[in-house]
Amino acid sequence: MNWCAIGAIIEKDLKIVLQSKSVIIPLVTVPLLAMAVLPLMIGVLVRGTGLAEQLNIERMLASLPAAVADQMTHLTSEQAVFYYTFVYLFAPFYLLLPIMVSNVIAADSFAGERERKTLEALLYTPTSDMELLVAKLLAAWLPGLLVGFGSFFLYAIVTNAVAWPAMQRLFLPNMLWLLLVFWVAPAAAGLGLGTSVLVSARTNSLQSAYQIGSLIVLPITGLIVAQLGGALHLSSLLVFMMGLGLWLIDGGLFWFGWRTFQRSVLIARL
Amino acid sequence: MNPIICTRGLTRHFGATVAVSDLTLDIGAGEVFGFLGHNGAGKTTTVRLLNGILQATRGEARIFGLDPHTHGSTIRRQTGVLTETPSLDDRLTARTSLRIFGRMYNVPAAQLEARVDWLLQTFRLQAYADQKVGGYSKGTRQRLALARTLLHDPKLIFLDEPTSGLDPVAIRDVHNLVQELTEEKQRTVFLCTHNLVEAQKLCHRVAVLAKGQLLAVGTPRELTRRFSTSQRVKLRIGAGQERLLPQLLVNCPHVTYTTTNGCDQQTTQVMMQGIPYPYLPDLLSHLTEHCVHLFAVEPEEATLEDVYFALQEM
Repeated sequence: MNWCAIGAIIEKDLKIVLQSKSVIIPLVTVPLLAMAVLPLMIGVLVRGTGLAEQLNIERMLASLPAAVADQMTHLTSEQAVFYYTFVYLFAPFYLLLPIMVSNVIAADSFAGERERKTLEALLYTPTSDMELLVAKLLAAWLPGLLVGFGSFFLYAIVTNAVAWPAMQRLFLPNMLWLLLVFWVAPAAAGLGLGTSVLVSARTNSLQSAYQIGSLIVLPITGLIVAQLGGALHLSSLLVFMMGLGLWLIDGGLFWFGWRTFQRSVLIARL
Repeated sequence: MNPIICTRGLTRHFGATVAVSDLTLDIGAGEVFGFLGHNGAGKTTTVRLLNGILQATRGEARIFGLDPHTHGSTIRRQTGVLTETPSLDDRLTARTSLRIFGRMYNVPAAQLEARVDWLLQTFRLQAYADQKVGGYSKGTRQRLALARTLLHDPKLIFLDEPTSGLDPVAIRDVHNLVQELTEEKQRTVFLCTHNLVEAQKLCHRVAVLAKGQLLAVGTPRELTRRFSTSQRVKLRIGAGQERLLPQLLVNCPHVTYTTTNGCDQQTTQVMMQGIPYPYLPDLLSHLTEHCVHLFAVEPEEATLEDVYFALQEM
């Protein structure tokens, strides 16, 4: 592997993508809104309105799986609301971020390069097909990972700060979130970019790649709805299994990417 | 000759379409080889086959003695390709683009900056070096694409319409550069072009291609001798005698002419073309026998353009 060439392709792709306002604005605003502004608003709402006191906490705990309820039996109503909201309800939201980031960047890197007619020059470089693919994948995966880690760091600060008056202790990160951040989020970023590779292989338009690729958020939306409806609650085991499943899917997508990302195939589609 | 490019029966199909058929070529070091043909003749496909971007359906190719299909990376390390569309990233500056591609071509870090500066200077790009490519004129983009092609000092250079969109000064610079690369540095240039004047001026040998088939290969002089079926001649005849010409040429249907006033009052200049090759002396005798006064006769050499069109019509 020629890591110097791979690094150059990654630098090129990131320099290009970071200059597109239509890409950079959602990449900055969505994590900020989802992982800082929204928890802050919830914190202010819970503290300011006394919402937690109006909830029937026993009834709420009874509706939760024992493993989840056990963690909250010794908490006050306010503490339980903060804990449940910030530890459980936000978890699937968080997964949207690495998926979205890697999906958008991969679409720009794969379909965008073809649309801008800049791919041909890249194909004439000495990089092998595998190096080209690895560079393109890393160029989308690494920012997904970075946004995932950064968002969690921000989220942990905001939630611990906003809930501090009630909790009087740091409750994040815990095992569930550590698994989410370091095991599931990288796999989710892989899913986002793998889907983009899959879509980009079948479309020449960046717009189509964005639109079709964005459908990947549907399973995560399902997860959010399932958890809100009480049909599913994330546990460390479930999160671990979810990560494992995602890594396997990523492996399949990488294999597909390797099959379609061959110079002879790409040049024929220019 | 130890060929840099050697192909034997190289063929590439796209479904039922034959893009390149049975191409056999030998191109030596230091040669400027012109590859002429209409759009869709198979020029770009050939460049892709020779660089290992496409796989041949049949036949074989050797570049520096290596098979492009199995040693594509090694070959591409020593080739530079200027594609028909410049293929530049609008959101990067010229300097950044060159630096990044330099790393892709493994230009040593210690030499990269100097090389980039030299190319920016050679292609008169310093003024735009730190501006985004999206704002460049067509000619400036083409100059940057050329600079990128030469970034890693390739031994074999493929140029697809290198002077397209360039102003006359830039065209002259490119021509000088091609001559310098081949004469002083022994680089080999594979020039795909529609510009037949350029091909005649620069190329040691040319190949004419049509619908994927190689029609002819040789030096421009060899081809003009071999394939020119007619010739042109510039005459100066007595003033007013041009009115005799329609009658005198009635039995020469292929010969056409245009007249302009001579540089003096006594003569008229006639440009005659389409004269079948062995018949120029006979034609001139025929004219003088019928009282046409010939003050000057200047036969003109057939050009590559004449050959090209003659071959395309065969």
